[in-house]
Amino acid sequence: MADLVSHPDEVKVVSRRFGMGATDLDRYLELDGYKAVQKALAMEPDAIISEVKNSGLRGRGGAGFSTGMKWSFVPKQSAKPKYVLCNGDESEPGTCKDRLIFEHDPHAVIEGVMIGALAVGARSGYIYIRGEYRYLSVIMQKAIREAYARGFIGKNIFGSGRDLDIYWHGGAGAYEVGEESALMESLEGKRGIPRIRPPFPAVVGLWGGPTVINNAETLANVPHIILGGGDWYAKLGTPKNGGTRLFCLSGNIAKPGVYELPMGYNLQKMIYDVGGGIPNGRKLKAVVPGGSSCPCLTADEIDVAMDFDSVQKAGSMLGSGGVVVVDDAQCIVKFALRTMKFYQHESCGWCIPCREGTDWLKKTLIRFHAGGGVKKDIDNMQYLSENMLGRTFCPLGDAAAMPTIAFVKKFRKEFEDHLEGRPCPFEKEGVAEPVLA
Amino acid sequence: MKFSEEFETRFAEMVPHYPTKRSALVPTLLYAQDEVGFLSNEVIAEIASRLDLTELEVRNVISYYSMLTVEPRGKFVVQVCTNISCMVRGAEEILHHCARKLGIDHKQTTADGLFTLEEVECIGACSWAPAAQVNYDFHENLTTEKIDSILDDYRKRGTQ
Repeated sequence: MADLVSHPDEVKVVSRRFGMGATDLDRYLELDGYKAVQKALAMEPDAIISEVKNSGLRGRGGAGFSTGMKWSFVPKQSAKPKYVLCNGDESEPGTCKDRLIFEHDPHAVIEGVMIGALAVGARSGYIYIRGEYRYLSVIMQKAIREAYARGFIGKNIFGSGRDLDIYWHGGAGAYEVGEESALMESLEGKRGIPRIRPPFPAVVGLWGGPTVINNAETLANVPHIILGGGDWYAKLGTPKNGGTRLFCLSGNIAKPGVYELPMGYNLQKMIYDVGGGIPNGRKLKAVVPGGSSCPCLTADEIDVAMDFDSVQKAGSMLGSGGVVVVDDAQCIVKFALRTMKFYQHESCGWCIPCREGTDWLKKTLIRFHAGGGVKKDIDNMQYLSENMLGRTFCPLGDAAAMPTIAFVKKFRKEFEDHLEGRPCPFEKEGVAEPVLA
Repeated sequence: MKFSEEFETRFAEMVPHYPTKRSALVPTLLYAQDEVGFLSNEVIAEIASRLDLTELEVRNVISYYSMLTVEPRGKFVVQVCTNISCMVRGAEEILHHCARKLGIDHKQTTADGLFTLEEVECIGACSWAPAAQVNYDFHENLTTEKIDSILDDYRKRGTQ
């Protein structure tokens, strides 16, 4: 099933308990579990936030925002209750890492939520897990029950006199709900339509109260940071990009799997050393570095350090850690088409540039890939995508537009090769038409 | 309308987890659907009433979430991912094999009520692609031979 892999270059922090039975609470305790939260109980909230800031931990869900800084935005005083919300709605194509954390180390997520709650003064935390991850929800619900039974959550946690509740919550199928404001809407029992920002969740979040929202991997790192120290964590990575992260290698790669590597690890090395290179005698054509929302990199652009700042300088994003490798047997136009079908399908429909833009791009690419494209379509796709950027309540529109701009710019020749009714140069014999039309 | 004891226990426990009853809606709908097979008019009316919502408000929410359905489906819902990581590793062959073997297309159900086929978006199995879910179970590192035998196993299970 979701088999674990390993490579000597791995630096195991958040994955250090994988495969070690840590879903069992006593085993988790043996493996330094619930030590960090007890340490945090004795710390001032500002000291906790400082430690996380010093670690250089940045959001592992995709946006890469400084976790410590996000926590510091929560007002000290609040008329409404404050919350911590774990975003376990992992749905970014190419991403399958939070799944492993829920499967192998659920208590680390609970502990991370607890430490966040202590840092910002929240009395409740929610762990939102996507609906399709039912077996993981079962694991998490059991972990929460057992932590309550032991007195680690609930009233008077660890005999500290403080109360803290942690609750599981489940989704029911929607990529957009992974966007933090749509996540809150979903948790409140509504359609997952994003909210306008400002106000930001740290000030006005769940049921109007200040809410810290972090990705599951981000939170699972927090206990390690509290125990090992922010300096230690920061030094594992590169300046301003502390720590390690889970990279999901997938696609046309010899050794797909989830590997934990230091921030700043070279992408070329990741593909060829860790991933074993491109199988079946094929060559690398493109890489999506951090989930489908990230502009692709060509084979000439893979000599890049995989941290937030370096990949941004290279014109893409570190994103969710979903490294999707594409070989030269694949059709980039078809790849772009499938990507647009995804965004069109998942667009919540609230904002016109996204709802209409993704639909137009999808329809154009269907026609184009089938041989019905005209030259003008290529520039139109770029122009339309550019006009979607920054005009929506949430980044889903950007997530569709930016990859399209990259595909068209970097693979223009391949688009031109589809013109004038030619059959797709990559189409295999007997493969039927695309569905989800 | 009453659900199973397991559902009722879970529901009673879950509602007080939130400051508003409405917040329990989405997970409750999915658990109800798991039990009844689909969100029938009766189920919708019952859940709406329990959470102090109108049926319209509940239907608005149902229509947003892809896992929720107001139509009955097969006993086994075969969800084949064809998103990018699965696509480049042969997902389309897997999907088409299922369609041919079962004799149905996307979102259709076999006449015997055993299987519904769906082409789905990323299910979080990218490093073990191509992959599918049948109901909630993951089936990964698929080949056409493997999915063939998996479907045969489900058919045996379903006709016992």
